[in-house]
Amino acid sequence: MSDRVLRLENVGKTFGRHRALAEVSLAFVPGQVAAVLGPNGAGKSTLLGLLSTLSQPSRGRITLGDEQLSRHSPMRAKIGYVGHEPGVYGDLSARQNLRLFASLYGIANGERCIDEMLARVGLDSVRREAAARTFSRGMLQRLALARALLHEPEILLFDEPGAALDPAGAAWLAGELQHEREAGRLVVLVTHDLAATAAIATHVVVLRRGRVARDETRASFSADEVRAIYQEATREKS
Amino acid sequence: MKRVSWVSQAARIAWKDLHIEGRSREVVYTMGFMAALVVLVFSFAFISGQETTVGPDAVAGIMWVAVLFSGTVALSRTFDRERESEAIRSLLLSPVPRSAIYAGKLVATAAIMFLVEVLLAPLLAALFSAAIWPHALWLGLLLLLGTIGFCSVGVIFSAALLRARSRDALLGALLFPIVIPVLLSASRATAYLLDPAAPDLDPALFWTRFLAALDVVFVVVGLWSFEPVVMGE
Repeated sequence: MSDRVLRLENVGKTFGRHRALAEVSLAFVPGQVAAVLGPNGAGKSTLLGLLSTLSQPSRGRITLGDEQLSRHSPMRAKIGYVGHEPGVYGDLSARQNLRLFASLYGIANGERCIDEMLARVGLDSVRREAAARTFSRGMLQRLALARALLHEPEILLFDEPGAALDPAGAAWLAGELQHEREAGRLVVLVTHDLAATAAIATHVVVLRRGRVARDETRASFSADEVRAIYQEATREKS
Repeated sequence: MKRVSWVSQAARIAWKDLHIEGRSREVVYTMGFMAALVVLVFSFAFISGQETTVGPDAVAGIMWVAVLFSGTVALSRTFDRERESEAIRSLLLSPVPRSAIYAGKLVATAAIMFLVEVLLAPLLAALFSAAIWPHALWLGLLLLLGTIGFCSVGVIFSAALLRARSRDALLGALLFPIVIPVLLSASRATAYLLDPAAPDLDPALFWTRFLAALDVVFVVVGLWSFEPVVMGE
């Protein structure tokens, strides 16, 4: 796994006259799970959009190692993204979805990788021709993770991946995140779930009104520590 | 990772759409129904009693009106599968050039439309006694060129309206004025081809070439403009 740092330098993003992010400077390090927290409208999803290259910063720059991340950059092939929605084709089966993305990414030994990935996310026993639209929410999220990991990305981005998952699904996902962290991958997770954050995060960023209100890295966080950091960072100053 | 060529990536996207359509046949059925309905409505209006012959100009017009309306149905569904479950994000994050996504979508949509049109032509021949067979291949080429021109613009608008709430209503309003040159040249060439009394086919050849030139312009503009349109910034 690469040891390149994902760095944001004075990044700002505006939509018309609305300022979504301002002067955001952060560094995300491989082998850590960074949780980006904040109230609604704090700019979390905007930040993830910028990191995924699907959106361009209005100012500042984002780099991975020495290379700049931008919409046109081939670096986007090094990103895996799991969002609220699974990002797969409902009319295709799990295997067909993975086969499509394997071919688009030019993955050598595609079929073997697909078999391994389906086994890893527990979808290997699903009926081969079952369309993804017939899957439960948990199964779709497993397929989304398989799609995001298929090309062995350097950066893994998650936008509320546990939303709408049952406790068993959320626990499975936390285990997978842990696994990716231990494998040395760079993981950035946007979430509202403070308890889940405490279980897996080693880097906590709190955004408030588009700015970094807190940026803290530790070997581990307790749930109380995450809650305290969050509350302090998002408290209105009188 | 292997390097995958632009053509191969575009072909995979087109194949994926055709594979899904082959399974569901949603677009073919709705498009076919719409096209047949348009032709039937015109047949009720133009055919009375024993009089079943309608002039080639009118048949050409009917054919291309049917293509226009049924094609809009197909285009409105072009990005539906990408919109569901946000598959478009996965596609845009993949290393596929956005122009290859456009090309794949264009090929798949045009192929589905062309299939329906090939079935529509004999219906026109049967209902309006249109002389489609003497120049069947040329007529097929015209349908193909007209469909490519129509889809090359339509795929761009369909992508632009990906997240618009009233996209079905907006698509026609935006698309129809732009594709007027395509429809004009296609219907003029078709009218000359269907006219058994035409002294020569030079005008049909002129309009066919004009249509091919329009296709080249529209496809090049589409390849160039798809990325800013679909990225939405």
